[in-house]
Amino acid sequence: MAQRKACDTEALPRIATEIRKSVIRSLAEAGSGHLGGSLGLADVFTTLYFSVLKHDPSFPQWPDRDRLILSIGHVAPVLYATLAHAGYFPVGELMTLRKQGSRLQGHPGRDHGLPGLELSAGSLGQGLSVAVGMAIAGKSDQKSHKIYAILGDGELQEGSVWESAMAAAHHHLDNLIVIVDRNGVQIDGKTEDVMGLEPLADKWKSFGWHVISCNGHDFGSILRALYSAAGAPGLPSVIIANTIMGKGIKSIEGNYQWHGKVPTKEQAVDFIQELSENTNQREFDAIN
Amino acid sequence: MPLINRGNRPTKAGFGEGLLEAGKRNPLVMAIGADITSSVGVNLFAEAYPERFISIGIAEQNCMGVATGLALEGKIPVFSTYGVFAAHRAADQIRISVCYNNVHVIIGGAHAGVSVGPDGATHQALEDLAVMRVLPNMTVLSPCDATQTKLATIAAIEQCHGPVYIRFGREPMPDFTDGSKPYTIGKAEILRQGHDLTIAATGHLVWEALKAAETLQSRGISAHVLNIHTIKPLDTETILQAARETGAIITAEEHQVTGGLGGAIAELVAGYYPVPMEFVGMNNRFGESGNAETLMEMFGMKSSMIVTKSLQLVERKFKNR
Ligand SMILES: [Mg+2]
Repeated sequence: MAQRKACDTEALPRIATEIRKSVIRSLAEAGSGHLGGSLGLADVFTTLYFSVLKHDPSFPQWPDRDRLILSIGHVAPVLYATLAHAGYFPVGELMTLRKQGSRLQGHPGRDHGLPGLELSAGSLGQGLSVAVGMAIAGKSDQKSHKIYAILGDGELQEGSVWESAMAAAHHHLDNLIVIVDRNGVQIDGKTEDVMGLEPLADKWKSFGWHVISCNGHDFGSILRALYSAAGAPGLPSVIIANTIMGKGIKSIEGNYQWHGKVPTKEQAVDFIQELSENTNQREFDAIN
Repeated sequence: MPLINRGNRPTKAGFGEGLLEAGKRNPLVMAIGADITSSVGVNLFAEAYPERFISIGIAEQNCMGVATGLALEGKIPVFSTYGVFAAHRAADQIRISVCYNNVHVIIGGAHAGVSVGPDGATHQALEDLAVMRVLPNMTVLSPCDATQTKLATIAAIEQCHGPVYIRFGREPMPDFTDGSKPYTIGKAEILRQGHDLTIAATGHLVWEALKAAETLQSRGISAHVLNIHTIKPLDTETILQAARETGAIITAEEHQVTGGLGGAIAELVAGYYPVPMEFVGMNNRFGESGNAETLMEMFGMKSSMIVTKSLQLVERKFKNR
């Protein structure tokens, strides 16, 4: 089975910008949803789906594909936009987000038949357990594909996450890679004010994990972390991806009040223009 | 059917035997352990197929997610724990990971009812049927003895496609079905034909219902006895037919009378063919320590209580006419 050809690394920023624009458009059209976290994960999702994951949009159920489990179902818009831009379904369908009858449920629901979606999720603290089960199945069948699980940092306050963290190390699941969206914020404010997570890397290390940190907005850094994650035989890996909620839109970056907010249609126009200008500027800088 | 107890056996033994047999036939069957494997009947499988047994430890929430992941990969995971922990500790994982994803995960709910005995209220599952019954996609099985629990377990593994909850008990109880009839999910068994009232029972109370029917017979009352071994999907056809033919229904279960079998049948007949009803089971309270028999007696879950309430019910039925 042919897998999707990985993009040149230079193409990733432009793809990430398109994904951010789609996230903004779909959320503005939906009128509700979670913009901040979706923008913050755009670079990680772009790197995964356009450079790292073994997958084939024309054959979503390809048995040897890498699996991506989105545990934080509320950032579904970035998953949907990435899947659409990768070719799983038409980009235009993104405008049905959260609408009645849509395959793009507010939180992912497999029962609606969206291609490329691995798991219905939305109640925090469950995705890693499912990923552990998938990784155990992969090992038991001597498969070489990997299981990626995207978790939020606030989500790590759920005790069940640590049950699954313990199990992954106990069963030596080196085919499992967790990416923690470490944006430092959650609905009520900063994670360290709501319920402190630090020292976060030490927590994962003490649970028996191979721990890597990266800049979640630097494609080179994300790629290096993902390659490093593949090189720890016998250990599950966790990448603590330092991200900025709302990344790409200066006026909302780092503002936790944008966790569960969406732009008005007027704001969306401004946000998209800001993204276009920045991309053009980046490319201008790169050429000169 | 003649009342012959071939010897007391715990229904959990039937679960263990069924899992072993289905596991022998199908290499996709895997079992998940949450520390209490021999106490919930999984040890036979774990010893026979150690490579298909996954120890997850005392972490029921994680067990449900792991089961979901295995099922999404085409395995047939069976996770057994005490019914109280399955239904309550891991309720959200069952709702979202298992049921919303609609995966074929078999959940064994051990230690059903007050017959758990000395362990007391914390370990006596009395609300599990209510919790499981309301979940979309879930099938809920409550077989009546060890022999039938084995058949139910095999049916859950081999015939179902979505999530299944199977309830069973801890104490040795009469093993009286002969296993000759196939276990048909969703089809109630008519164990005795009668016309004065229907006793619809599930789990350990089916034996008590049959004993009650004999006593009632000696008093000139003919009881129709149903074994509701599938709580969901409920066999609406057989139950409504019984309602029409006998005009009164008494339910009997080792569970709270609200939300379980009694609730399910009341919902059904209220909508389609209302008849006077009585309910035998737990009445809005916790259990306590004691031995199985005396606790069942104390909480009114023996044949004597079924007889008493049946007599009242028949009287009500004729008064209403
Ligand atoms: Mg966060």
